[in-house]
Amino acid sequence: MLVLSRKLNESIIIGENIEVKVLSIEGDQVKLGIVAPKNIKVHRREIYESIQEQNKAALNIDANLIQKLTKKR
Amino acid sequence: MQIQTKFLGEVEIEEKEIITLTNGLLGLEEYTKYVLLPLEKDSPLAFFQSVEEPQIGFVVAYPFAFKKDYAFDIGEDDKEELQVEKAEDLIAYSIVTLKEPFESSTLNLLAPIVINSVKKCGKQIVLQDNEAFPLRFPIAELKGSVK
Repeated sequence: MLVLSRKLNESIIIGENIEVKVLSIEGDQVKLGIVAPKNIKVHRREIYESIQEQNKAALNIDANLIQKLTKKR
Repeated sequence: MQIQTKFLGEVEIEEKEIITLTNGLLGLEEYTKYVLLPLEKDSPLAFFQSVEEPQIGFVVAYPFAFKKDYAFDIGEDDKEELQVEKAEDLIAYSIVTLKEPFESSTLNLLAPIVINSVKKCGKQIVLQDNEAFPLRFPIAELKGSVK
């Protein structure tokens, strides 16, 4: 992993057209500004993790519930 | 061909019905071949069943049946990946987390499975984090819109 130190209002450039800038630092929270082309997806990591967990939770289906659903005809 | 399913036992499907998710689903990347199996006639719910592993089977829902104003944009890269020629070829499904009672079940509106019904390819697309796209949208909010 490449590690860079940045101060407030400094930024880094990734590739040719992605910029990540430190907008504010308050206590243990850092606010980042990201400028990137539209096709670059930017998500908080927890979002991905929560979707992975939700996908797995959705696999846990009680067969009785399915029976009830299909009996409602 | 015959496949083993999680809830319907052995089911006969046609090879051309198989939907390929090149990247699988998030957290389940190893399974890439699925079929949609109807739960019952005219239901907004369906089974999304892995062709490769019987235990990998979901209940999915046609989200617009539960949230009429649900709408999202798809980026150019996703369109390319889904080989989109006409927007109407795309169908979105939300994975349902089924609970007892049914009314406490939730829909994943944050990461719909978008399927190109003509090209038979699909992708779980993560939408931009937004109040309009909750990860656990209560299905009970349908208020009788589905019969």
